[in-house]
Amino acid sequence: MNGYGGTILRINLSDGTIKKEPTPAELAAKFLGGRGFGIYFLYTEVPKGADPLSPENKLIISSGPLSGTLVPGAGKMDFTCKSPLTGGYASASVGGMLTAELKYAGYDSIILEGASERPVYLFVDDDDVRLRDADDLWGKGSITVEAELKRRLGEEFQIATIGPGGENLVKYACITHDFGRQAGRGGVGAVMGSKKLKAIAVHGTKSIPIADIDDFYARAKEMYKACKASELWEAWQRYGTSGVNAWANEVGAFPVRNFQSGALDDYSGLSGETMRQRIVVTDKACFGCPSPCGKYSHSKKYNVYVEGPEYETAALLGGNVGLLDIEDVAYANWLCDELGLDSISTGNAIGFAMECFEKGIITAEDADGLKLRWGDPEVVFALIRKIAAREGIGAVLAEGVKRASQIWGKGSEDFAIQVKGMEMSGYESRNAPAMLLSYMTCDVGAHHNRSWAITYDLEVGRDKISPDKAAKVIELQHIRPLFDCLGACRLQWVELHLDLGHYAPILKAITGIDRSWEDLLKISERVWNLTRMYWVREVEGFGREWDYPPPRTYREPVVSGPTKGKLVAWEDVQRLLDMYYEQRGWDANGIPTEEKLKELGLLELVRS
Amino acid sequence: MYLHANSDQCSGCRACLLACSLHLFGENNPKKAALAIIPHFPEPGTFEVRTCTQCGTCAEVCPVGAIHQNDRGAYYIDPEECTACMVCVEECPEGVIFTHPDHEAPFKCDLCGECIEVCGMEVLSIVDS
Repeated sequence: MNGYGGTILRINLSDGTIKKEPTPAELAAKFLGGRGFGIYFLYTEVPKGADPLSPENKLIISSGPLSGTLVPGAGKMDFTCKSPLTGGYASASVGGMLTAELKYAGYDSIILEGASERPVYLFVDDDDVRLRDADDLWGKGSITVEAELKRRLGEEFQIATIGPGGENLVKYACITHDFGRQAGRGGVGAVMGSKKLKAIAVHGTKSIPIADIDDFYARAKEMYKACKASELWEAWQRYGTSGVNAWANEVGAFPVRNFQSGALDDYSGLSGETMRQRIVVTDKACFGCPSPCGKYSHSKKYNVYVEGPEYETAALLGGNVGLLDIEDVAYANWLCDELGLDSISTGNAIGFAMECFEKGIITAEDADGLKLRWGDPEVVFALIRKIAAREGIGAVLAEGVKRASQIWGKGSEDFAIQVKGMEMSGYESRNAPAMLLSYMTCDVGAHHNRSWAITYDLEVGRDKISPDKAAKVIELQHIRPLFDCLGACRLQWVELHLDLGHYAPILKAITGIDRSWEDLLKISERVWNLTRMYWVREVEGFGREWDYPPPRTYREPVVSGPTKGKLVAWEDVQRLLDMYYEQRGWDANGIPTEEKLKELGLLELVRS
Repeated sequence: MYLHANSDQCSGCRACLLACSLHLFGENNPKKAALAIIPHFPEPGTFEVRTCTQCGTCAEVCPVGAIHQNDRGAYYIDPEECTACMVCVEECPEGVIFTHPDHEAPFKCDLCGECIEVCGMEVLSIVDS
């Protein structure tokens, strides 16, 4: 099948069986790949009501039809499962080299089922697929394990691994790959840990079948040429996402002290320029990317090598907890990577604990004797270690801020910065309603990558609440996740302004199937609606109130910075949802209508 | 003339390897490329790019004379004449003569320059020997 590995690998960890199934052409036609495959298998194979950390849950790892091809940034892989953090849909994307390697081994997806009794790792070398003993790797850090498996198997093997956080079932444990790339959000690492699967090692040597190789190669070269010619290339290449740090502070979007404010008085210690000068060693790209946002760094202060800190980490483990020195953030970043924790949720959880301490909701007694003062690096490091080990206060914070706020109570629910149980990523949005709506309606919880609409707020007016903002969020929620179906990165479009018109023709050259950009967006809308129906199926009473933002958003104005005094009023939260649901073809409770499901060819699937 | 690589600039993306396989074999497969990127991670966090210097050692050691120069002055292995003895692979001082299970004969850089076109970081260039 052109553009695909052609085989789905099904691994049952309970009984050790390994099955190879042909990738169904109808599945590829209807769901493309990547997160499209993920939700299809999750919806159809994981029984309703499954405990996310039980053997019933499945971890579905998928590449897409662009993965591993000569398309700029064709290095994205999707990890889908039922989320232990939210109880709903989880899909986490990782860059690096693994998605390409999986295709070269001849596979589109790996479906991990059941649970092993002993720690194991999955070994894939082309057709040779085995589960191998991982007793000696269990308990070790992610970077340590990746280096060790490369030493044993060879540099050409690509490794994804969990750290102690995943082993200890921290609800937001991540899966690490390529020394610093993370499938970060929703607790995919905890699901891997619950299956006693320490790592995945993949090596392949096969060519990806391409329908029209000459047309494909000519178009690919055009795309690289356009990326390199972009006037935005130089700044993006120099700073990567750390270039966003200064901008976010200037527009009041940088989370400070658990999202109390949107700007630091002095962000110079965290700026992209400071980072570049002080710690960056190497520009590190994902597969096939001509504009590497990965900045590989060395902190002399702590003597660690770490990829980043990228923007989200600088925001959540920097401003949000009061760390203002890039080397302190780099070490916190390294700890999260080695211990296998999502740095976004971790920084959010620590900021939440610090605010609870500040307000007297918890005391040093609740925090194992620690005084949780803003900006104390040793406290931040100690909390990260405690979370990964589920030790003392770490056992509470390992559950995520929603659960922690239910445990500690006393009004802390108001400033537990989460939607659907997922901690918010790095954009304070009280003066950015389209961005706030993006967080409210994102299909995994409060994450920015489905729709990063804050620039639209800036463009059309930040105070404005209008239908075009809902329309923009929906448009972005179809375009951006489409890249996660294709198995490629969206940043060449977002950051270099690579024309979207390149994608449908090159996909046709690869697969031989003629589809317009609109056809592809329809697939993305189908995927979006199926993820929504997954929430409806799994969460009793799911509906509108699950899309509500944290109460801080509509109750407390921003305390300082350029957006001081701003909030999104409760009535406006409701108006935004009304506009959004109407334009999506959903009912007033946010449930896709029968007509919409029919239009998207989902009715039968959802009913069965 | 040879393909020069400034390893300090390399970000390890491997687009060059794909362009190479597309040129040499008309296939999308970085495992069929005639240059190599060797990552050194987690420490010191650098990429090493290995390219052919066109030194001609391979042609000198080939026992059947299967390695010739093309009109760009690059040495290439004629798969029709090659007996797959692998002496050139073993003797290459840079380790840049490659093999793949699909092909009996090894293969090497023929100085086509297509890798240069897709490199975002301007690592590669063709320079005088």
